[in-house]
Amino acid sequence: MATNVEALPVMSIFDTFLNWKVFVQTLPLLLSGLTTTLTLGVTAIILGFIGGLVLALLRLYANSPLRQITVAYIDVFRSIPILVLLVVIYYALPFVGLRLSSFGAAASALSLVSAAYSAEIFRAGIEAVPRGQFEAARAIGLSSWRRMSDVVLPQALRIVIPPITSNSINVMKDTALASVVAMPDLLKQATQAQALAANPTPLISAAVIYILILMPLVRLVGVFEKRLAARGR
Amino acid sequence: MTRPIIEMRNVVKSFGLFKALHGVDLQVKEGEIVVIIGPSGSGKSTLIRCINQLEEHNGGEIIVDGAEVGHGRKNTVLTEVGMVFQNFNLFPHMTVLRNVALGPVRVRGLSWAAAEDRAKRLLARVGLADQAMKYPAQLSGGQQQRVGIARALAMEPKVLLFDEPTSALDPEMVGEVLDVIQQLAKTGVTMIVVTHEMGFARKVADRVVFMDGGRIVEQSPPDQIFNAPRDPRLRSFLQAVLSH
Ligand SMILES: Nc1ncnc2c1ncn2[C@@H]1O[C@H](COP(=O)(O)OP(=O)(O)O)[C@@H](O)[C@H]1O
Ligand SMILES: [Mg+2]
Repeated sequence: MATNVEALPVMSIFDTFLNWKVFVQTLPLLLSGLTTTLTLGVTAIILGFIGGLVLALLRLYANSPLRQITVAYIDVFRSIPILVLLVVIYYALPFVGLRLSSFGAAASALSLVSAAYSAEIFRAGIEAVPRGQFEAARAIGLSSWRRMSDVVLPQALRIVIPPITSNSINVMKDTALASVVAMPDLLKQATQAQALAANPTPLISAAVIYILILMPLVRLVGVFEKRLAARGR
Repeated sequence: MTRPIIEMRNVVKSFGLFKALHGVDLQVKEGEIVVIIGPSGSGKSTLIRCINQLEEHNGGEIIVDGAEVGHGRKNTVLTEVGMVFQNFNLFPHMTVLRNVALGPVRVRGLSWAAAEDRAKRLLARVGLADQAMKYPAQLSGGQQQRVGIARALAMEPKVLLFDEPTSALDPEMVGEVLDVIQQLAKTGVTMIVVTHEMGFARKVADRVVFMDGGRIVEQSPPDQIFNAPRDPRLRSFLQAVLSH
């Protein structure tokens, strides 16, 4: 066997893994999968962002029962594996009458978890704004809402750009889990195409597409971090 | 002169078990310039921060312009009290002009145009007319503190609190800030100034208050404080600060 592999001509490796004809044939399927992946990822990132901001404010400023509930939410959703949550939402909730589409289930699972992580990021950002800023805002008489919206959040958001971008990258990656609940995302379409073509080229293509989409974001985090460090924060 | 605009009666402030103010009584009349001196940790900041409720007092009463403040009250009267901080605390993400105009827009309900007009007038008054479109980080410490003063003035407060306004400045910038404060003193606004600048206290104060250990130990016109101090703690404090 070993000698067989060694004897394999280089051309046949290309035929197997980087087959041009298969690539061209399956590309439309992959692109439709990519569209779904991006839609799902962006939806979850936006919902997670908004949810995270609300949770962070509740955790910092809400009164006792609501604050404890928020803390519990954040801890639970940072502990549960997304795949488990996804399977529960998609396969278990129908038993209590809540039936979500595969997109709905995946978007919910990703957003719920992303909101929990984002909440901790926003909290750290708000806490990193110097005390003097809160005090100056109070001293000129701003309402608590205006203190947040005009003074604290604009500064906190700048601080959290790098970790929030990192979190968004994770959400984008985790969209691939949605193929488990039969969502026609990039990974699902790639496996489909592989089966149809009886050739793994679509899988390789999908991997490359994921990298092409996410690597610029990974670079961006590095740039943001350098810029923040240069400002001496 | 006239009625007290600030009245503190037996004010107590504790941080946990530690008492920072042990029952302070202080009256400030409208238009009066009060300078507070005393060693570090004597409670000077705590006292003025209780007046505008950045710290909530635990006991006693604080009455500002006829209205009691603190203990969960809605303190609308506190928009009449402005504060200038040791570390300026300008909003770094806004231009100087915005820093000054923000309060009038959000709290007084002015339009941005009207508030920015007011802000430009005030910046001119503190000698910064040409810096309005810069960000705080682009200014020197002395300039930043003058913006801080303009920001407080923009609310047209009846009382101005200064917490060591020159302590974070390089020596060559102390003068420009003290000059601005001294000009303000002539406008009739009530001022309470915590400072270690004894020359300023002597020149500008109507009354000097000496604090030690969370208590007001002695208060008199500056002449008497500096020329005939009675309490031995005041004497040794003055010796220490005036000896260099
Ligand atoms: N937030 C705080 N928590 C605990 N202790 C404090 C706090 N603020 C001030 N103190 C204490 O109260 C005392 C008076 O402080 P402060 O009013 O800042 O003094 P001063 O301004 O005269 O230097 C000091 O012993 C200080 O350590
Ligand atoms: Mg102090």
